[in-house]
Amino acid sequence: MSLLEGKKVIIIGDRDGIPGDAIAECATSAGAEVIYSSTECFV
Amino acid sequence: MNSVVKGTGYILVHTPDMIMRNGTTQTTEMIVNPGSEYLKELPNHIRTYDQAVNYYPNQTYIGNMTPAELAAIEGPWYDKPMENAPRYGKFGEIMPEAEFYLLMQTCDVFDLMRLHKDFVAEHLEAFKANPIIDETIVARVNAGVEQDEIEHFVNDEHAEGIYYNDKLVGYLKRAHDVDVNLSAHVMLENIVSKASSVLATLYAVQNAGINKEDVDYIIDCCEEACGDMNQRGGGNFAKATAEIAGLVNASGSDVRGFCAGPAHAIVDAASLVKSGAFKCVIVSAGGCTAKLGMNGKDHVKKGLPILEDVLGGFAIVITENDGVSAEINLDMLGKHSVGTGSAPQAVISALVTQSLDKHGLKITDIDKYSPEMQNPDVTKPAGAGDVPLGNYKMIGALAVKRGEIDKKDLASFPAKHGMMGWAPTQGHIPSGVPYIGFAREEIMRGEIKKAMIIGKGSLFLGRMTNLFDGMSFVMQTNTAAEAQAAAGVSEDEVKVLIGKALKEFAANLIAE
Repeated sequence: MSLLEGKKVIIIGDRDGIPGDAIAECATSAGAEVIYSSTECFV
Repeated sequence: MNSVVKGTGYILVHTPDMIMRNGTTQTTEMIVNPGSEYLKELPNHIRTYDQAVNYYPNQTYIGNMTPAELAAIEGPWYDKPMENAPRYGKFGEIMPEAEFYLLMQTCDVFDLMRLHKDFVAEHLEAFKANPIIDETIVARVNAGVEQDEIEHFVNDEHAEGIYYNDKLVGYLKRAHDVDVNLSAHVMLENIVSKASSVLATLYAVQNAGINKEDVDYIIDCCEEACGDMNQRGGGNFAKATAEIAGLVNASGSDVRGFCAGPAHAIVDAASLVKSGAFKCVIVSAGGCTAKLGMNGKDHVKKGLPILEDVLGGFAIVITENDGVSAEINLDMLGKHSVGTGSAPQAVISALVTQSLDKHGLKITDIDKYSPEMQNPDVTKPAGAGDVPLGNYKMIGALAVKRGEIDKKDLASFPAKHGMMGWAPTQGHIPSGVPYIGFAREEIMRGEIKKAMIIGKGSLFLGRMTNLFDGMSFVMQTNTAAEAQAAAGVSEDEVKVLIGKALKEFAANLIAE
């Protein structure tokens, strides 16, 4: 069972790192439920 | 023929009082957590004007150091002052806050901003002494008002206070009673952007060696919007800037695309010139008060000074080919399309290799890449990493994947084809464009042949699309001589062919 199986996750992606969409894809495939996902900009 | 980069202007404005009062990290904190330790501690982390001037990345931005010279100094740089660094550089200057307030007032054409009469009197001579500020701008300075008037507008009329050394020295009032688009807050942001754009534009015109009357068109690519309740982003900053800068023959318009705005605007400008629509186009942008102190919480927490204490501005003069200046090659454009996706590899492929593949070039055929040139002093302590380095690693990895460099050479790729970042985190300001001034010089000196400028934009922040954005273009050695030589040979050949054909025709006639 994966670490994220059955967990609810909140995702903040970084536009200069890994965007929220990409993290959400990974989290969902690992069995997590994505409650919120966005990509933010810190520059 | 390709258009050329004829000259550039790069300016910074040290704005310590605006950090607390206009930076959104601080103004948001005042609303949600007014008694926070951060707000109490922040004033102890503000740099003086001299400290901001003596900062290596700022000296690089205005052209007193090259990116290579900056890279030779091991970071972080905030604790290694450059002693007695100059205010002025070959690209522009670092303007002090007081003089900038006077410049803001001269850029306000609706009598919204007034400064205290003593403040004006105290700083007017310094303002006038700046060689780039001409008499038309000086003539716009208002003599100032009494303290009662300032306090009335700030306390009773929703005006934004203008502070100097934490003392109220002026106001900027709203331009409408109920329209939020003309509120004092919005007007202040817009006048700051306009004033810093004017300053950068004045330097660009001077550095390009052109007359103000020569400018046909100006494109503003900042990230603010000006308009009213019936047309919120009506515009236009460009023409407003041109008016104050004295570009009497210029029209203009605004181009927006978050941090990718400058790259889009430069491609637009180069297209206008190459097509023959205009001979001389300026792309300019002013700075952003909202981003002052944006990563301040992390800087204060780690005992660092607030490094986001300057506004940035730039302007690029693009003209018809003069036979010597660095060109903008419109055959080598990269763009992030709707179908590209947001994965980092897909983004970099679209922006970097798209145009290279069209010409059968390798990633290593570009001497220098200028993606997001944010200063790592600012971003690393805030957990955002070294943004330029991240981009170079991705471009280098793509080169390995394409078999263009060996994996063992990946580590040296960033130093060879990249630079350390030096620009302030002002969104569009660091987005590829800080290198254009240096790239022009390095290309003209023959040190490099090709540089790729890459702008990336976070469109999703506007909540209209989840898409990312980006645009890239290539600057290169001037090819006018080659083009003319090629054109001359073919013209002569055509003449010979026509003469030969006529001779044969005549011979045939005689024979018949």
